[in-house]
Amino acid sequence: MSKIRCLLLLLLALTFTPTPFARELPVKPPLRIGLTPVFLDDQSAFLNTWRSYLEQHLKRPVVFTQRGSYREIMDLLRDGKLDFAWLCGYPYIRNRDHFRLVAVPLYRGVPLYHSYLIVPATDTKTRTLTDLSNKIFAFSDPDSNSGHLYPEYLLAKQNLQPASFFAKNFYTWSHRKVVEAVASGLAQGGAVDGYVWDTLSRTHPEITARTRIVTESPEFGFPPIVASARVSMRDTGNFQKVLFNMGHDDEGVILLDRLNINGFVKGDDHLFDGIADMARFVEEQRVNAPQRH
Amino acid sequence: MHLKDISLNYKIPLRVAVLVIVTASVLAPVLVYRSIGDLRDNMVANADSMSRVIAETLIEPILHDDVWRAFEIVNTPFRIPQDQVKAQGAEYILVLDAANKVFVSTQPEKFPMLSDPVAIEPNISQLVNHTQELDKLNPSVMESHKSNSFYLATAIQSDGVRLGTLIMSYSRKPFEERFYTLTKAAILITLLVLAVLLPFGVYWGRRMAAPLLQLSDTMSKITHELPDPEQIKLEESKDEIGQLAKSFKTMLGELKEKEQLQQQVITSDRLAALGRLAAGVAHEINNPLGGMLNAISTFKRHGEQDPLTLKTLSILERGLVQIKETVAALLVEAKAQTRPFDLNDVADICTLVQPDVEKNRVKFTREIDIIEAQPISSTLVRQVIINLLLNAFKATQAQGNVHLHIYRDSAHLFIDVINDGSHIPQEKVSYLFEPFTSMSEGGSGLGLWVIYQIVQQLGGLITVQSEIDHTQFTVQLPLEQPRE
Repeated sequence: MSKIRCLLLLLLALTFTPTPFARELPVKPPLRIGLTPVFLDDQSAFLNTWRSYLEQHLKRPVVFTQRGSYREIMDLLRDGKLDFAWLCGYPYIRNRDHFRLVAVPLYRGVPLYHSYLIVPATDTKTRTLTDLSNKIFAFSDPDSNSGHLYPEYLLAKQNLQPASFFAKNFYTWSHRKVVEAVASGLAQGGAVDGYVWDTLSRTHPEITARTRIVTESPEFGFPPIVASARVSMRDTGNFQKVLFNMGHDDEGVILLDRLNINGFVKGDDHLFDGIADMARFVEEQRVNAPQRH
Repeated sequence: MHLKDISLNYKIPLRVAVLVIVTASVLAPVLVYRSIGDLRDNMVANADSMSRVIAETLIEPILHDDVWRAFEIVNTPFRIPQDQVKAQGAEYILVLDAANKVFVSTQPEKFPMLSDPVAIEPNISQLVNHTQELDKLNPSVMESHKSNSFYLATAIQSDGVRLGTLIMSYSRKPFEERFYTLTKAAILITLLVLAVLLPFGVYWGRRMAAPLLQLSDTMSKITHELPDPEQIKLEESKDEIGQLAKSFKTMLGELKEKEQLQQQVITSDRLAALGRLAAGVAHEINNPLGGMLNAISTFKRHGEQDPLTLKTLSILERGLVQIKETVAALLVEAKAQTRPFDLNDVADICTLVQPDVEKNRVKFTREIDIIEAQPISSTLVRQVIINLLLNAFKATQAQGNVHLHIYRDSAHLFIDVINDGSHIPQEKVSYLFEPFTSMSEGGSGLGLWVIYQIVQQLGGLITVQSEIDHTQFTVQLPLEQPRE
């Protein structure tokens, strides 16, 4: 009798003892990171792996936010609805007052990249952008440097505007889709982030093979990772530390390889001076030029 | 050889095959036609619903001049692996703007943006020229025989304003491919069905033909001789063929019976003729014979004769007496009514035949089923029984059995004499009762003749049944009916 009672008591005690595994961790607010198609951001499985990598190293939840255009991410970051964002150098230099530079990826050993002018592989004649007069042209995003600003700048230098120079131009809202638009023949020319084109040629050579690079732009600062002005220095520092150390562990190396970059560095604001100069020139030209819409 | 002359053995399976082939060749095209029709209806219905969805979705990209979105929308069905698209999907999709220029298409290389679609594909001119009349709710279908395609045009409208036109082109090639596939399948299935049904048909046909063939075979065997109905093996069933076989068997039995009857008539006619002849001859012989015997007797009684003459006369007399006896035996004449046949007669008969029983060393058994005197001439019956028994003793080997059975019914007296001696062959039975037909050595061949004549005169019947180890003579004699 007494034995049974002992056993029952023991069972009861076990039932109500909080197990060590069920202990709740103190909830930290998630780190919100905006992503733009400056890299191949349409790989959900990869993003999940990267997110859990960051969560593991930051020891807090991470939320990736993706939107249809650079501008939406830009606005969210400026409004403080995002903590960090990986976006293009062009939006960064326009919002230098609101954003802080966190890290710049190293591509082929340098924090630089090019803009490619591409045409369908079947087009063997085009030598420069000017040859695409009265053709259909695909831009990636109005706020993209390589996918919009640079070709616009080239035209502006000749006192031309895309709307009148091309028979028609349109935005695909993603570098990868510019390549697809040109590859499918929908557009007869397109401006694309050289890094994205190179990376795509690694994973989907059948798409890039149907395009031809006509010209490469001079070097520009690689699309950086920036922070909202509202993010604390501590959070920024933690994030930087994780990004800079990605090359130091196996998992990080695999992720960097998937991203096709060598790592992240602190970077320098002057990297984006070239973009800033082009932006200033183009904006002045826009103001002066007669509107032909 | 005419088709009519082919044996049923082949005709029925052939007919089954023809039936199967005809059925298959009628059904297969109907099914193929139906299936192609269904496919087309399906495709049109599919295209119709798809075009509505796409047209609806395209409104915003067109309003926003978002070429890429429009391209992505129309291109979505083409992202499915190509082999699946071929079966049901469109060849290409064309989106025209309000001015009927290409806004976007799934084949930008063929239909570049801003180009005039009619200049590229003249087949759609009719559709393009009537885009103004297109109703949003009812896509219009146009078939072009030149390009082997059909087209479906849907209006893209927003708030009653026509923004553009969606044109979907469908190749008719899948129909053709489907047609060939279906036809091939139909032929294959027909062959398979034939392969299954033909052996079945052959078997079935043979089974159907078998009784008929059996019947015809049996009929062809009937020439002079009728086969024994017992030996004819015909399938008996309740269908027409079975009934035919049954009737045939009955007919054969009746024929056989008739034949036997005819044989009997012939035999008895012959015996009757023989009897008349014998009686006539005997009568003609008896008259001079009586005179001759009288003369010899008179001559012997008068005067002394030398011994040679006497000896000669004796020889003549003996010869004449022998002739007389023979003739007397041939000429069986029913004597006048003596007295009824009773058990004493049976006892006499047994006594009389006893020496022969002993001589032949046979077992003689009797079975007498009469008690009182029977109204029939005892002399004749005795003669019949004695003759039958003597014959039986002779025909029976030593230690053999002879059985006598006497019985009666209301109007007849029956005498059975049964022995287990040698068998009388069938061909001899017909001549058995003719005079000088001796079965045994040393017999006169008149015993059965005499019996037959007596039986005939008494108005009775004599039959013989002979099998191996069992020969039975049955005599049936009518009894005189007591006078009222």
